[in-house]
Amino acid sequence: MADHSNHAHGHNEAHAHGSVKSYVIGFVLSIILTIIPLVVVLNHMLSEIPTILVIMITAVLQFAVQLFFFMHVRERQGNQPRWNVMALIFGLAIVLVVVSGSVWIMAYNGVGY
Amino acid sequence: MLENIKEFASEFFVTGDPLIYGADVSIALVTIAIVAGLTYFKKWKWLWRNWLTTVDHKKIGIMYILAAIIMMFRGGVDALMMRTQLAIPNFEFLHPEHYNQVFTTHGVVMILFMAMPFMFGLFNVVVPLQIGARDVAFPFLNSLSFWLFFLGAMLFNLSFVIGGSPDAGWLSYPPLSELQFNPGPGQNFYIWGIQISGIGSLATGINFLVTIIKMRAPGMTMMKMPMFTWSVFATCVIIIFAFPILTVTLALLFLDRFGGGHFFTLDGGGNPMMYINLIWMWGHPEVYIVILPAFGIFSEIVSVFSRKKLFGYTSMVFAMMIIAFVSFFTWAHHFFTMGSGADVNAFFAISTMLIAIPTGVKIFNWLFTMYRGRIRFDLPMLWTVAFIPAFIVGGMTGVLLAVAPADFQYHNSYFLIAHFHQVLIGGVVFGYFAGMYYWWPKMFGFKLNETLGRWSFWFWNIGFYVCFMPQYLLGLMGMTRRVSTFDWDTGWGPLNVVSTVGAYLMGIAFVFQAIQIAYSFKYREKDTTGDIWDAHTLEWTIPSPAPEYNFAITPVVDSRDPLWVEKQRRAAGKLPKKDAKPKYEPIHMPSNSGIPIVFSTFFFIAGFGFTFHWVWMAVLGLAGVLACMVVRSMNDDEGFYIPAEEVEKTEASLRGTL
Repeated sequence: MADHSNHAHGHNEAHAHGSVKSYVIGFVLSIILTIIPLVVVLNHMLSEIPTILVIMITAVLQFAVQLFFFMHVRERQGNQPRWNVMALIFGLAIVLVVVSGSVWIMAYNGVGY
Repeated sequence: MLENIKEFASEFFVTGDPLIYGADVSIALVTIAIVAGLTYFKKWKWLWRNWLTTVDHKKIGIMYILAAIIMMFRGGVDALMMRTQLAIPNFEFLHPEHYNQVFTTHGVVMILFMAMPFMFGLFNVVVPLQIGARDVAFPFLNSLSFWLFFLGAMLFNLSFVIGGSPDAGWLSYPPLSELQFNPGPGQNFYIWGIQISGIGSLATGINFLVTIIKMRAPGMTMMKMPMFTWSVFATCVIIIFAFPILTVTLALLFLDRFGGGHFFTLDGGGNPMMYINLIWMWGHPEVYIVILPAFGIFSEIVSVFSRKKLFGYTSMVFAMMIIAFVSFFTWAHHFFTMGSGADVNAFFAISTMLIAIPTGVKIFNWLFTMYRGRIRFDLPMLWTVAFIPAFIVGGMTGVLLAVAPADFQYHNSYFLIAHFHQVLIGGVVFGYFAGMYYWWPKMFGFKLNETLGRWSFWFWNIGFYVCFMPQYLLGLMGMTRRVSTFDWDTGWGPLNVVSTVGAYLMGIAFVFQAIQIAYSFKYREKDTTGDIWDAHTLEWTIPSPAPEYNFAITPVVDSRDPLWVEKQRRAAGKLPKKDAKPKYEPIHMPSNSGIPIVFSTFFFIAGFGFTFHWVWMAVLGLAGVLACMVVRSMNDDEGFYIPAEEVEKTEASLRGTL
């Protein structure tokens, strides 16, 4: 504990940052998930609602890929709390508040006129 | 040719006002004096080596605080100009256009370029020392944050003499801030000044969150952290989630102005209300960002100067984290009158009132800490005691404002002005002053003069109430904010005169503080103990000012007030009078770097280019930014080691042993 907790920028922390294999898989997956909506939109393959659905679903999957393959959301150090997961959940909560709050506030706009 | 230059200069520089010409002259004289002084005393190299390129958190903290005090002067002069203009009905001191610029810059400077850097300065000076760390988690990034803030602030301040100041209010609401109604460069200065310093703020938030999570001394669990560190933790969480919203909002406004976008315009599908909604999503958490560290400072001071442990530590932590969380649910109370309907307003009114509960918990904890304590009224404690009534009144008027139906009366009146100045001066400014007086000996190794400090304290406090109490009444009498003048028959005259007198009393108080700093520096008495206040936490276990490596030996912590417990154990004879000679080891330190200041200068150039729509200059600046990133990525500098013998020698000379 003591040896690396005070190390401003040490490289001696013994946890893996993922392997080449996992990075390649993540990279390929994220490219595929980017290409799918691109192809769908450019070729007008679907009508409006399904197109939006495809974009949103691939976006959410993209988000998951980024988290698991590049953001190391599964990692933790020793018996430390899962800071990554806590930050993620808090962040999602804030995003939810920002988006739904804005929609709510703006949708009711004009009642006062 | 000459005609062209003349024409350009008359557009480029701000002209036509004797006040501005006076400022031009004084800025030029000060700059010449600084450059000449540095050259004459051959201090350029010293300045570059010791300050401009430093990655030492203590020096960066001092630079932040210095910048904050300079900005407080600028914002204060703005305030006095406004109060002078409002002293007498129909007074013709400032033109309405100039008045608009002055209240805009006053707000921006005071919040973003005074309160924020003052806060970051205290973070930098205190947090690593308080948790027993040698530096922050990312020392290079820390220096980068400072220079981005500083050059962002300078870009904003440049608008005073070049191009013209922004004049659409401190939050720059569209449609007034859109190109159509505000074609000059002032708004661009606003956007880029804040964007550039905002990157720095975000980086600081991340830096200190990581520092607190990863670099605490062995044995210091989260629930053994000093309260100031807890407050910084809460603040950093808010910064990380709130500042991106500001960045995006201002970026969209910039796209409107620069790229012909229609996010917030009146036509083309835009909606200016969306800007107001978005900016307050940052703006409201922002006020908690600046107040929470003040709460932390008061918690430290109240326990040290009452010679007691902090009452209700756990409830303090919970209160702070609840405030941090709920702060994201209250933003709409800034625009109850926008017309979002009863359910929206009811929700945000209730969430706003809820914040008063944890805040009240904190107030009671401070009072109970003082209860039956042996209180010493040194300067830090004096400010803390003054804070409590000021903040209670400010908080209660805040709850009044949170009552949505009533807010239709208070909205944008002087009642609101009085309320937020009461919490921002009575809470934030008093808090940071308390922190400055408390940690000053740790920064510089001497105490600030007590007598002059008391003069300043009383001028500040009396001036504060004389200035803002009449404004509550003025608000109820119907005076709205941002009016540049008013008529005799409004009946607002007498109270406005009183308010102006109060503002000048605070101006005198600031002069006293400036004299206090100069006087204390000249007649300083070196503090040899390192623990001048008989304090409780780790930062006072090391000499003042702290050596560059902070702790020669990493401390091990087993309680919330490690130093106090140690002193008690020593007094009880449970610990030897003098420790055995410690075994020093080489200490790994990060190297200085000139990249942050160069990087930020390029950002400044890019911002200036965007401000004047000079694309070549913006591209040049951004290319420089990119180049700096590449250089930094190629840098393999792993820092250096201070040898054990040198640590031993430094410690011996600082502690006066051997």
